[in-house]
Amino acid sequence: MKRHVLSTRLWHWINLVAVSVLFMSGLNISNAHPHLYWGDYGFDPDDAWLHVIRFPGYVTIPNYYSLAAARDWHNIAAWLFAVALLAMWVNMLVSRRFAREIRTSPREWKPSHLANDIRGHLRGNYEAHEGKYNTLQKIAYGSVYGVFLPMMVFTGLAISPGIEPAAPWLVDILGGRQSARSLHFLFAWGLFGFVVVHVVMVIAAGASKQIWSMIDGGEEETEVPHD
Amino acid sequence: MTEIKRRSLLAGMAALGASGCSEIGDSAWGEAALDAAEDWHRRAHRALAGRQRLAPEYAPDERSPDIRGNGSTSVDTPEYRAGLANGFADWRLDVSGLVNNPLSLSLDEIRALPQRTQITRHDCVEGWSAIAEWKGPQLGPLLDRAKIRPEANFVVFRCADTLAGERYYESVDLVDAYHAQTIIAHELNGEPLPEKNGAPLRMRIERQLGYKHAKYVTAIEAVASFDDIGLGKGGFWEDQYGYQWYAGI
Repeated sequence: MKRHVLSTRLWHWINLVAVSVLFMSGLNISNAHPHLYWGDYGFDPDDAWLHVIRFPGYVTIPNYYSLAAARDWHNIAAWLFAVALLAMWVNMLVSRRFAREIRTSPREWKPSHLANDIRGHLRGNYEAHEGKYNTLQKIAYGSVYGVFLPMMVFTGLAISPGIEPAAPWLVDILGGRQSARSLHFLFAWGLFGFVVVHVVMVIAAGASKQIWSMIDGGEEETEVPHD
Repeated sequence: MTEIKRRSLLAGMAALGASGCSEIGDSAWGEAALDAAEDWHRRAHRALAGRQRLAPEYAPDERSPDIRGNGSTSVDTPEYRAGLANGFADWRLDVSGLVNNPLSLSLDEIRALPQRTQITRHDCVEGWSAIAEWKGPQLGPLLDRAKIRPEANFVVFRCADTLAGERYYESVDLVDAYHAQTIIAHELNGEPLPEKNGAPLRMRIERQLGYKHAKYVTAIEAVASFDDIGLGKGGFWEDQYGYQWYAGI
């Protein structure tokens, strides 16, 4: 059994492309009205809870201000992102890899265990005591798979006026369209934070071996017994 | 694989990611893919919402304090200035094109039609939203009265305003033209439509973004295609700036 199965590796790189295009085109879209509001409406910057900086061309897609072109990129990458995420979830559930590798046990949430895991990380020891991932990794990957990535899809759908007639409850539970837009922005930056930590950890754990294992699957591992 | 091969593969992937986007967007197949993605969104929205599901409507106390005037906020012609002064007594709305019974209606005639009042949210492509009450006749019955012909696929909204030197226009397909909330609004929050919001007539296309809601409307034209209109993409923003024709995303 390789460290990463083919479906994980494929999804990882497809998702990296999709998320990068979405994030960078999203920064371009943000430049059109860089003010965030809570509730159903919001148009007056005086009512904004956050004024967002203007993102420079070297971090946006395209690399000049074009709301139309940025929306084109955002709309096409959204399909790739959402369909790949759905496929990944189906795959993880059907293969029971989610239960086996990512789901935490109650024992792992004991303060003594978490403290131990955090101390291990601070000392540079990222080994899992049992299973493939240690508890902090499970929490990080689980919340990205289960909360941050799906919330990008749901908050994105909620902002679309053509989706709202089909699912008005979606906009309601998110607190209104402008709240959904604010949440879309916050979850996007949450994901950005994850990517930064993820890349730092990959480098800390040996960048070449780690990246290569996400391409060719890595070394053969004996499967961890599970019940 | 050797370390060098690994490194060049990784570097190649990074370079592709950094430089590819604008070239892909400008290429013919890139443009076709982007258009296809827009069409999938439209089809998905229609499959999920059907032809008739309504955009949310709000209570009077949920309205926003104002509705911003964006894009054109005036029409700079002597006729329009005179219209503002005399309550647009001479304004006509033509229903023309692929119809068997062309119409030309005055504002009094439009106000005498059955009216729909709706408090809806206006979502601009830039990202902001405002909520207001709009009142006017539905477009669908007007198209029926004009006896729209079977070969008509779209309706084009002709406008009095110009933006960046070009006459504004917009268009929707017959699904949105016949949608219950598609009205020709002449009142905003119980008052005649203000100049900045498109006086005396503007469209409300509630399941799409603000740039579809044409202001200062002078004519509604049934057409089979956009080929001979403007630059052929179905609207001012589509022609001049490459915006998506389907503005429900």
